[in-house]
Amino acid sequence: MTVIRLAGIHAKYALLETMRVPIAVIGSLVFPALALLFFVVPQEVVAADPFFATQAVISLSVFAVMSNSLFSFGLTISEDREKPWDPYLRTLPVPGMARVLSHVFSIGLMGLVAIVPVIIIGGLFTAAEASVGRILFGLLALAVSALPFMLIGVCVGYSMPSKAAIAVVQIVMFGFAFAGGLFLPPMMFAPWLNTLSTFFPSRQARELVIWAVQGGELAPWVWLGILGWIAVTLVLALVLFRRDEGRRFR
Amino acid sequence: MTALARLDRVTRRFGDVTALDDVSLAIEPGRIVGLLGPNGAGKSTLLSLLQGLRRPTSGSVELLGGDPSDYRNRRMLGSTPQETALPPTLRVGEVIDFVASHFEDPVPKGELAEEFGFTELLRRQTGSLSGGQKRRVSVALAFVARPRLVLLDEPTTGLDVDARRTLWDAVRRQHDGGATVVVTSHYLEEIEALAERVVVIGEGRVLADDDLAAVLDRVGLRMLRLSTPRPEAVAALAGVVESRDAGDGSHTFFVRDADAAVVELVRAGIPFSGLAVRGATLEEAFLALTSHPSTLESAS
Repeated sequence: MTVIRLAGIHAKYALLETMRVPIAVIGSLVFPALALLFFVVPQEVVAADPFFATQAVISLSVFAVMSNSLFSFGLTISEDREKPWDPYLRTLPVPGMARVLSHVFSIGLMGLVAIVPVIIIGGLFTAAEASVGRILFGLLALAVSALPFMLIGVCVGYSMPSKAAIAVVQIVMFGFAFAGGLFLPPMMFAPWLNTLSTFFPSRQARELVIWAVQGGELAPWVWLGILGWIAVTLVLALVLFRRDEGRRFR
Repeated sequence: MTALARLDRVTRRFGDVTALDDVSLAIEPGRIVGLLGPNGAGKSTLLSLLQGLRRPTSGSVELLGGDPSDYRNRRMLGSTPQETALPPTLRVGEVIDFVASHFEDPVPKGELAEEFGFTELLRRQTGSLSGGQKRRVSVALAFVARPRLVLLDEPTTGLDVDARRTLWDAVRRQHDGGATVVVTSHYLEEIEALAERVVVIGEGRVLADDDLAAVLDRVGLRMLRLSTPRPEAVAALAGVVESRDAGDGSHTFFVRDADAAVVELVRAGIPFSGLAVRGATLEEAFLALTSHPSTLESAS
């Protein structure tokens, strides 16, 4: 219980700090909604078709969560490591798990906030449709499929200084977004690109959420891929975390 | 009397560098302990081991009867962030609330602010504070928890004399209120003002551990500077701790008693010229003593 209570408190102050510089979060909050507004809404073929419009809204929701996870974890952690406040917090009686959970809480909340405009715009200006139950199931799937992105963010955060982290996160984000079919739907991909795409966590996330919202069949490569990415990035994150302990004090 | 904290034969290395070398130390409740040593002596490493931030390479560290890396053992521990560490966008009051939320029975915010003299700053963002104001807030954070053991790392570095005095007074009042304080410094003045027991650290080893007066006696070296054709004869005189070639034809000799050393010098009939005597700074005394650690031990 202490863990959850302290995680909540740490998340609260992390959010408070973030909110004091609102412009810093606007990018990741507004960009997915703008992308939907500019690239999907004007295209009659997609916007007027309930099936494709729903998939487009899902793609941009995945994008919103992905960019938020990568940016927040990557930058927050690499910046924290450069600040002397972080070692001070580690002298307080707070379990490490609470610190990690606080990141998940605060970043998760920001991720939810980023999805809200996407869902609203999708609901109002496109033919996208889903029941409330399906939307909730989709949010759950979104949360699960966000884990690899969070862990990649953790890896970036622990392996490089914040200036390098910004560049790397941007490259990873746009690479993943394109390769995962979040900007262009995968049915427009050449076959080789489609095959390559299935190895990306962004594509797997997209398919998982589409399955959760629209139903249909879930190909094994989707959940196998997500589990694989979680396993690999978790191990890498732990290795980098340990290496960091010994390294930052030289 | 059980110790609040204990280091038992602790060694800590960073790569090739040995920051602490076989250090054993117990902190008992009651006296303010000063950790004195030049920069890089291992003082901060020692504190970080007690805070659970780092683990010893070998040996064991005990804090309030347990392992300091277990958060439960840090409930009665107070530490200070570096003055630049306070999150700049948070208000002073928010930082104190945040830290206080980790403890069962924290000092009320207003009471703490009054004690350390920043009542009028509670609503300000920490980024807008001056260096001295940040220092006061940082040191106050160590006492939020009503801790039994407080670790202060160079608490007044960079402060002017008045600000330093004010902070020392506050720390002493907290100490009288029941907190045991460990303070590190490379200023002898700070240690003199606060500490009752002094542990001298140099190159990762404990060089002396004694009452303030006894330690002051030992690090209070005088420097004799003179030109002589026979420096080795001067170095061999009784009472000379260390000698150094100044490079311009003169030599510097560290002695405990300058008067006695001059008498010895004249009595031995060693020719010399350009004699100058002055007190060694703490830094100079450390350099002289740490190059011959045995001189400290033999004196005790």
